[in-house]
Amino acid sequence: MRKKPDISLFDWRVTGPALKAALAKLDPRVMAKNPVMFVTEVVAALSTLLFLRDLVIGGETVAVTGQIAAWLWFTVYFANFAEAMAEGRGKARADTLRATQSETPAKKLASLGAETHEVVSSRALKPGDLVLVRVGDIVPADGEILEGIASVDESAITGESAPVIREAGGDRSAVTGGTRVVSDWIKVKVTSKPGESFLDRMIAMVEGAERQKTPNEIALNILLAGMTIIFLIVVVTLEPFVMYSGAVVSVVFLVALLVTLIPTTIGGLLSAIGIAGMDRLVKSNVIAKSGRAVEAAGDVDVLLLDKTGTITFGARMADAFETLPGVSAKEMAEAALLASLADETPEGRSIVDFARKHIGRTLDGTDLVAGSIPFSANTRVSGADLTDGTSLRKGAADAILAWCGLIATPELRAIVEGIAKSGGTPLLVARDRRVLGVIHLKDIVKPGIRDRFAELRRMGVRTVMITGDNPLTAAAIAAEAGVDDFLAEATPEKKLELIRKEQALGKLVAMCGDGSNDAPALAQADVGVAMNTGTPAAKEAGNLIDLDSDPTKLIEIVLVGKQLLISRGSLTTFSVANDVAKYFAILPALFVTAYPALDALNVMRLGSPGSAILSAVIFNALIIIALIPLALRGVRYQPATAASLLRRNLLVYGLGGLIVPFIGIKAIDMIVNAAGIV
Amino acid sequence: MAPDILQFILYAAVLTALAWPLGLYLARVYEGGRNWLTPVLAPVERGFYALAGIRPDQTQHWTRYALSVLAFSLGSWAVLYAILRLQHLLPFNPQGFGPLSPDLSFNTAVSFTTNTNWQAYGGETTMSYFSQMAGLTVQNFVSAGVGMAVCAAIIRGFFAREQKALGNFWVDLTRSVLYVLLPLSIVLTLFLVWQGVPQNLMAYVSATTVEGAQQSISQGPAASQIAVKQLGTNGGGFWNANSAVPYENPTPLSNLAEMVSILLVPAAFCFMFGRMVKDMRQGVAIFAAMGILFLGAFALTYVSEVPGNPAFASLPVDQSAGNMEGKEVRFGVGNSALWATATTAASNGSVNSMHDSFMPLGALAPMLLMQVGEVVFGGVGSGFYGMLSFVVLTVFLAGLMVGRTPEYLGKKIEAREVKLAVVAFLVMPVGVLGFGALAAVLPMSLSSLQDAGPHGLSEILYAYSSATGNNGSAFAGFGANVPYHNTMQGIAMLLGRFVYIVPMLAVAGSLAAKKSAPPSSGTFPTHGPLFVTLLVAVILILGGLTFFPALALGPIAEHVSMLAGKTF
Repeated sequence: MRKKPDISLFDWRVTGPALKAALAKLDPRVMAKNPVMFVTEVVAALSTLLFLRDLVIGGETVAVTGQIAAWLWFTVYFANFAEAMAEGRGKARADTLRATQSETPAKKLASLGAETHEVVSSRALKPGDLVLVRVGDIVPADGEILEGIASVDESAITGESAPVIREAGGDRSAVTGGTRVVSDWIKVKVTSKPGESFLDRMIAMVEGAERQKTPNEIALNILLAGMTIIFLIVVVTLEPFVMYSGAVVSVVFLVALLVTLIPTTIGGLLSAIGIAGMDRLVKSNVIAKSGRAVEAAGDVDVLLLDKTGTITFGARMADAFETLPGVSAKEMAEAALLASLADETPEGRSIVDFARKHIGRTLDGTDLVAGSIPFSANTRVSGADLTDGTSLRKGAADAILAWCGLIATPELRAIVEGIAKSGGTPLLVARDRRVLGVIHLKDIVKPGIRDRFAELRRMGVRTVMITGDNPLTAAAIAAEAGVDDFLAEATPEKKLELIRKEQALGKLVAMCGDGSNDAPALAQADVGVAMNTGTPAAKEAGNLIDLDSDPTKLIEIVLVGKQLLISRGSLTTFSVANDVAKYFAILPALFVTAYPALDALNVMRLGSPGSAILSAVIFNALIIIALIPLALRGVRYQPATAASLLRRNLLVYGLGGLIVPFIGIKAIDMIVNAAGIV
Repeated sequence: MAPDILQFILYAAVLTALAWPLGLYLARVYEGGRNWLTPVLAPVERGFYALAGIRPDQTQHWTRYALSVLAFSLGSWAVLYAILRLQHLLPFNPQGFGPLSPDLSFNTAVSFTTNTNWQAYGGETTMSYFSQMAGLTVQNFVSAGVGMAVCAAIIRGFFAREQKALGNFWVDLTRSVLYVLLPLSIVLTLFLVWQGVPQNLMAYVSATTVEGAQQSISQGPAASQIAVKQLGTNGGGFWNANSAVPYENPTPLSNLAEMVSILLVPAAFCFMFGRMVKDMRQGVAIFAAMGILFLGAFALTYVSEVPGNPAFASLPVDQSAGNMEGKEVRFGVGNSALWATATTAASNGSVNSMHDSFMPLGALAPMLLMQVGEVVFGGVGSGFYGMLSFVVLTVFLAGLMVGRTPEYLGKKIEAREVKLAVVAFLVMPVGVLGFGALAAVLPMSLSSLQDAGPHGLSEILYAYSSATGNNGSAFAGFGANVPYHNTMQGIAMLLGRFVYIVPMLAVAGSLAAKKSAPPSSGTFPTHGPLFVTLLVAVILILGGLTFFPALALGPIAEHVSMLAGKTF
C-alpha cells in the first residue's frame, strides 16, 4: 500500500493561512460552538474592559491586568490556531483533489447503442445519464460501467500510479470521476449528482466542512461543559467567601483563576484532534462517510475478513512434491518444472519457482522444450513435448489418469486424498503416460498476517475468516493464519446471519467487501469497508471506502479509531490533572491578604501574587501550543490490552499532568520575575 | 495510639464480616427470592399489597418509578408537616409542647423525608412522643427505605439487558422496610435496651442532684429510634446531643454496635451489587474504593486530634489525651474520630462528639466526605448510587484512554449517561458553594454564626454540606433554627436528594435498555486495583478541585493561622 506524501507538521503553506484563519475564528458566533473556549473568550473580553477601566482611572494593578487580558486572548487564539492548523492540513490535501475535479467535457450518449454523442460539460451530468469515455478522456462523473473494458489511471485519487482494469459486469464495474482512461473505452452510467460525487465528499471530509461530531466527542463535550459550569460556580462563589474573610480580590484575578481551571487544554484541542483523525484516515486512503464509523472502528469486537486476497494471496501455489515409489525427487521436480515452463498462470509460475528452489540450482530448461501444450478445456491437461521426444503432462487426477489410460494405484489415491483433505489441490505430473507424482498446490497465507491477528487479539478484537471453502480446508487455513474462528462454505445469507448473531451478543462487527452480494452484510455491519473497486451497491452500503481496495486496511482503520479516542481521553486527563498545580499557584496569591498564613500553600514559592497568577495564565496558554503537535499526530498507540494501555496513559498523562505544571509555572514565574514585568 | 488502631481494625473487621452476608441477603430480598424471613413476612407483605391495591409483579419504567418516588416523598412530607404543625392537638404529649413554626416544620419535614435528619431543634425540648414516633421514627424507616429501593432499581438497570422496566417502587420500598430495616432495628433495639438505653412512654423524671439543684431527666421511646437512626443512616437523635448522651449510648459495646450500624447497610450494598451483577469482584472493587477513602479520612481526623491544640501548649493544660474539647471522656479521641468519620462518610449525621470542637483539619475530613456527595458508603442506597455516578465518569475517562467507547459491565456509557451524571455532579457545588456563598454574606444568615474568622465559614460550609449531602450532622455552634436557614437548608436537602435520584434513575433506565457486550481484552477491567485507584483519584480530584478554594478559606486558613499563633 502506498501512502500519500505527508504534510510536515509546521509546513509554512499550512501555518501561514492558519495564523490568519485563527483570527477569523475569534468571531463569538463561531466560538459559541465550543463552550469552554467561548467562556474563555467572554472572560478575555471582560478582562480587557477591566484593563481599559484601570488605564483610565489608573488602577494599581494595571500592568498585571493588561498582561492577563492579553494572555487570555492568546489562549483563545492558540486554540483557534490548533483547529485552523488541522483544517489547513486537510485543505492542502483537498486542493490537490480539487485540481482533478475541474470541469471536463463529457461525451453524452442518448442511449447505450447510440452511434453519436453530444459533448456537454461534466457539471451538466445527472444520475442516469450515459457517457462514453475513450482512451485519454477523464471520467466525467462517478458511475458504473455498462459496456466495455478499460484500464484506468486512478492515481489522482489513490496515489497509485499503476492503472487498474475496470469492466462491465462483476465486481470491478465502478469508476470514479476525475480518473483517466488510459486504454480502450467504456460506456458509463452516471450515478452521482453534481456536487455530490465521491471526490466532492472526499474534499468536504478532509476540509472538515461537513465534519459531524462523533458520539464520544459529543459526550466529552458535555462533560467539559459540565466541568466549566462547576468551575464557574467555584469562582463566582469565591468572591462572597473572600468578602466574608474580610479581604478584597480583584475581578481580573478571579477571571484568571476561572480560565486556568476550566479545561481549556482539551477544550482548545478537541476539534483539532477530531479533524486530524479524519486526516490520518484520508492519508491512508480511506474515506469515512461519517465520523461515527471511524469511532465505531475503534470499538470493533469482531472482524470478518475474506480469506481470499486478505488472509491468503488468493492464488494457489506449489507447496510440495509428492513422488510415487520408484521416482526420485529430482526427477519429479524436473518434470514439473519443464511441464510448467510455458504456463503463465500464477499456479504455473509458482510450480516453476518451487521446482527451481527444490532442485537447488537454476535450470533454465527452455532449450529442452520442443513445443508446449497449453491448457485446453477439452483435455484439461497442459504440459510440454521435449526435444528428445518425451512428453510431459500435468493436470487434475482424473484428467491425467485418462491421458495415461490408467487407473489410480492405492498409493496414488492415498496421496491425492491426503492433499485434498488438508485443503490443497493435487496436480498430477506424468511422463510418457506414466504418473511420476503429485504437486501439492496450496493457498498460501500471507506472511506477517499471523502477527497482525495476534496484535488484534491483544486489542480484544476477534478475527473471523470468511471462505467459500469446505469446513476441512477452512479449518486448515484458519489454523495456519491464526484467526480465531472461520465461516466455511459462506454465502451472503450466512454472512449476514453471522453478523446478526454477533450483534445480538452486543458485539460490534466490522467487515469489508466489494461485490453487490456483500451489500446487505456491509450495511448490517457496524463498520463496513467497501473497496473502491467494488460495485456501486457495495460502496453505497459501506460506511467507509478504501481507495486502495486493500482488505487488510480494516486493521489500520481500527487503530486510527482507537487513537482518536485515546488522544481525547489522555488530553482530558492531562487537562484536569493540571488544575492541581494551578490551585497551588493562584489560591495563595488570592487569599494571602485575607490570611497571610495561607502563604504556606505557595509550595512553588512563586515571586509575588501578581507573578504567580500571570505565570499560571501564561502556562495555561502555552500548553495549548505545546500540545498542538500531539493533537495533530495523535497520542502514540501500540496495540496492547486495555489494562496495560490504561496504566501507561494514566502514568504519562495523569501523573505527568500533575507534575508538569508545577515545573512549568515555576519556570515561567522565574522568567516573569527576572524580566520584572509585574 | 496502639489501642485506637486495634480498635479501628476490630471495627473494620466486624463491619466487613457483617456487611458481606447482609449484602447477599439484600440481593435475595430485591431479586424477590425466598429467604429465611419469607415464611413469617410474606403474608404480611401480601397483606400490604392487597390493602394498597399494588400488583407486585407489575414493573415500572424508570419515569414511572421516579414519579412514584416523588409522589411518595411528597406525601410523606405533607403528613409529617401536618403532624409537626398540629403537635399540640395530638396525643402522647406529656410535656405539653406547642406546635412548631412553619419554617421549622418545613425544614424538619424535608429533613426527615429526604433521609437527612438535620435537626434545627432540640428533640427533648420540642418534640412530643407522638411526633417522635408517628412522625420522625416512621420517616426514619421509610425515607431510608426509599433510598434503598431506588438503589436496587438503579442496580437492576446496570445488569438488565434490553429491558424497559426497573422494578416496582412500592414492592422495593415495602421489602426494604419489612425485610431489612425492621428486623435489623429490632435486633439492635434489644441490644441497646440490654445495654441500658431507655424505651418507655413515661414523663420526664425530676431529680435533686448532690449539689441540691433540680434536674429534669428526659426519657422516652429512645432505643427503637436510635436503632433505626443508625441503621437507616438517619442520624436524628432522640436527644439534642445525640449519641454523646449516656442514655443514647451508654457503654463501649453500645458505641461499637452503633458505629457498626452506621456503615452496615451502605457497605452491604456493595456486596449486594456484586451478587446482583453476578461478579462479586465489581462489588469488592467499589467497597475497596470506599474503604480507601474512609481510611484516609479517618487517618486525617485522628492525626489532627491526637496532638491536641498547639494554642494551649503554653497553658497549664494536660493534652496527653489529645484535643478533648467537645468529646466524651468515655470515648476519647480514637472513638470520637472514628464515629465522626463513619457518620459523615455515611450520610448518617449522628454524633458522639461535637465536630465543631475538632481541630481545623480534623473537621476538614468529615466536611470533605460530605462534599464529595456522600459517596463513601453514603446513605443507605443513596451512597451507592451516588458512587455509581462517579463510576460512570471514571469509566468514561478510562474508556477514552484505552481507545474504546467506554463500557461498564458491558454497557456502553454514552452522551446521555454522561449528561445525567453531570447534572448530578452539579448538586454539591450548587448546594454547598452557591448556598454557602449566600449564607456567607447575607446579614440574616450571619447572625447564626457562633465564631468569627475562618471557623465561622467552616460552620456555614459544614451546615450546607450536611444539608446538600443529606447527612444531617452539624457544627454545634451554628444556630440553624432561623427562618432563613430553615428555608435554604430545606431547599438544599431537596436538591441533594432528588437531583441525584432522578438523573441516576434515568441513567439506569437508559442502561437497562442497552445491549450488554461481553468483556474482551480490549475492555479494561473495572475490578482491579488500577480501576480502584482511578476511581479514588477521580473522586478526590473532582471533589478537591471543587471545594478546595472554599476549604482553603475555612478549615485550612484556620489551621495555618493556628500554627502561626493567630486566633480570631
